[in-house]
Amino acid sequence: MKDSLLTGTRIRPAPENHLGEDVIQEARRRFMGGALMAGAAAMAAPAVAASAESLDIPEWTRQLGPGVGTHPYGMPSRYEANVQRRESPGLTRTKQSSVSFTPLQSLFGIVTPSGLHFERYHAGLPDIDPAEHRLAIHGLVEQPRLYTMDDLLRLPSESRFHFVECGANTAMEWGNSAVPTVQYTHGMLSCSEYTGVPLKLLLEESGYDRKLGKYLLAEGSDGAALTRTIGIDAALDDAMVVYAQNGEMLRPEQGYPLRLLVPGVQGISQVKWLRRLEVGDMPWNTREESLQYADFMPDGRYRQYTWIQEAKSVITTPSGGQVIMDKGYHQITGLAWSGRGRITRVDVSTDGGRNWREATLQAPVMSKCLTRFRCDWNWDGGPALLQSRAIDETGYVQPQMKQLREVRGTRSIYHNNAIQTWKVAEDGVVTNVQVS
Amino acid sequence: MSRSADPRGAMRRIALLVVTSAVATAALAAGTSPRFGFGKPVSEADLAAWDIDVRPDGKGLPEGSGSVMDGEAIYEAKCASCHGSFGESNEYHVLAGGVGSLQSAHPERTTGSKLNHATTLFDYIHRAMPYNAPQSLTDDEVYALTAYVLYLNDIVGDDLVLDRESLPTLVMPNADGFYPGVGFMSVDGEPDVKAPACMKNCPMTGKEISSLPESVRGAHGNLALQSRPIGYIRQGESMAEVQAAAAGGGAPVAVAELAPEALAEQGGCLACHAVVGSRKLGPSFNEVRERYQAEAGARAMLLAKLEAGGAGNWGEMPMPSVSYLPATDRERLVDWILSTPATGATP
Ligand code: HEC
Ligand code: HEC
Repeated sequence: MKDSLLTGTRIRPAPENHLGEDVIQEARRRFMGGALMAGAAAMAAPAVAASAESLDIPEWTRQLGPGVGTHPYGMPSRYEANVQRRESPGLTRTKQSSVSFTPLQSLFGIVTPSGLHFERYHAGLPDIDPAEHRLAIHGLVEQPRLYTMDDLLRLPSESRFHFVECGANTAMEWGNSAVPTVQYTHGMLSCSEYTGVPLKLLLEESGYDRKLGKYLLAEGSDGAALTRTIGIDAALDDAMVVYAQNGEMLRPEQGYPLRLLVPGVQGISQVKWLRRLEVGDMPWNTREESLQYADFMPDGRYRQYTWIQEAKSVITTPSGGQVIMDKGYHQITGLAWSGRGRITRVDVSTDGGRNWREATLQAPVMSKCLTRFRCDWNWDGGPALLQSRAIDETGYVQPQMKQLREVRGTRSIYHNNAIQTWKVAEDGVVTNVQVS
Repeated sequence: MSRSADPRGAMRRIALLVVTSAVATAALAAGTSPRFGFGKPVSEADLAAWDIDVRPDGKGLPEGSGSVMDGEAIYEAKCASCHGSFGESNEYHVLAGGVGSLQSAHPERTTGSKLNHATTLFDYIHRAMPYNAPQSLTDDEVYALTAYVLYLNDIVGDDLVLDRESLPTLVMPNADGFYPGVGFMSVDGEPDVKAPACMKNCPMTGKEISSLPESVRGAHGNLALQSRPIGYIRQGESMAEVQAAAAGGGAPVAVAELAPEALAEQGGCLACHAVVGSRKLGPSFNEVRERYQAEAGARAMLLAKLEAGGAGNWGEMPMPSVSYLPATDRERLVDWILSTPATGATP
């Protein structure tokens, strides 16, 4: 038995109950052979998995449970309490201008549960009464208009799946490996089904100036009254003024009751708590597109209006801060996305980028949306360097860190879409590294 | 009515003509031809309170004026507590210093060194500062503060007076420090990094050039408690950590009630209050306790203050309403503040 385990060819059936202490012990025993068992033996009961598991009737089978309506708005199982948005300690000085990260390592498929969508505020979370909320459209238009939520809900709507990624996602990794898990390296990324009114329709309603109206200013109604310039082409293409997310109204954290969605463009442009759109003939150079959210280049100058989030991918399992507890079969899985359209291919390497094979893309594959990829892997217990590489429909290939740095240096903060490396050590511990 | 764009045919258009006829009359009078005509036609004047954006060419600047001299006093009263008297504090953003350093070997990235248009400074202060009371400044005050922040950066002299004519004519030292990222402005923009999709024997050495520094290990807490404790790949820095987390057969980790200090941190209080010691924007909680401890009705008064906010008990700076916190949290905070021992631990 021991031999077949070590060759890694035996695939264990999925366990029927929670993997508890016994499973860990068993994994540990199989993993390390006898060598470390002497030390571990003191810590826990002997492994039991070699014998058939005798089943007890669990408590929940012998009881009448609580009735419907106990939680009128449902909650995840209490056993999922660890799966939460988390902040990266020391990143910001005030909670009201801060960020919390999506636990990508714990999620399946492509949709981010609304309560786990990453948060980024600049002046705290406003508490907006939808009956009093208004959206103004004005500037280079024939007729400025003020919309109530009633008006907006009456207009023809569309629903689409899109990712939202902060321009500063993976910022902490520009210089070196800095944070332990994929939640912190890539968790300013979420994906939802959004419902709202095409921005094109609202612009046409306003009679916007087709000749001079090249830009839009979008403004939030929070205490930051946050503003960003949007290019009219993106606005007319697939941008929406959205009020719903994953079937319910937007969460306050995501802009309740109204936000802008410019698919594929960095998060800061998806202005939340949207109250005003102004059509103009030049960019505004707002604080959020000059003093902040501009890319510091090696020549000491800033590249600004860097809207598009280029193709990127990351393996979410196994990923940094995890332990692979057994040799043999595991599925490598992760997420790929591009602000330029559809993902057409994802490649996976287990040797730090020297050799690659194509992963399977899981349907649906949608434009400017997260795409889940997966590939089979037999871990032989040796060291490995896991990488994934996304290619999108324009042919753009996600770069290695060194390729990105050659052009952009290391001080940019924003738009780090480099290939992520996870190092697997012989003891199964996975860590965040960078390789050349 | 413009009809050509609707592919779904005449039925819908007829229905729309009916429902929009009333609004359409108004709209037509204004010379537009919207398809739906929902939303209230308004004038630019109606939007004045919201339409405060200022562009680099000065469009949007209001009437009024302010000088460096006026700015100094306002800055000391309303900004210095967070940004430092000389704009030097790195608590949030350093406002002053480093002008001209960006292209040197040691770039100092501050508001003053990065700023490419003075209009941006005016616009931002006007809409978002002071942080604790946004949009509370008068236009004159914003002109004065803009002048003063530029003065703190040695970009202008102390005799400067700014108004809508003069402000856009100022040329910032970093005026040429920005250029548009054309390749990122549309989906068919030219990418700046071009990587080949090599499949075999690619030019990677596999050499580790960076790993998580020892100094930050543990900084993110117990990783094993940051994902679900099931599966053959689990979160944890080591097998031992995974094992410890699973002790008890994968029982859920209770989300403990936050300690008062943590609640004060979570609730944003500590941005403005120290627990013990000197004043930040507001009094330290220790000072509050000393003043009110013996007073009957203090609890109710403080609870009301937390709910509504207000100024005057400690200075001119107002306490913002923290009604965004649940009432039970506010009660716990006030009870804690009124009972914090004088030597209370600083979180
Ligand atoms: C309570 C603390 C506080 C006070 C008081 C305050 N600020 Fe700020 N200031 C901040 C914070 C926090 C930010 C960053 C906000 C963000 O992250 O969006 C900031 C950002 C700024 C910036 C933008 C810096 C940059 O480079 O992006 C300027 C300019 C500024 N403040 C000026 C002022 C002025 C002028 C005043 C006085 C009227 C003032 N602040 C009062 C906390 C404060
Ligand atoms: C943006 C800054 C700011 C924040 C955030 C803030 N405070 Fe204050 N607080 C102040 C200021 C300024 C005062 C002084 C007001 C005055 O002079 O009446 C004050 C006063 C107080 C007082 C004394 C009230 C009085 O009338 O004597 C208490 C108690 C207090 N704050 C508690 C809190 C708690 C609890 C929180 C977090 C939930 C909090 N504060 C958040 C700025 C702040």
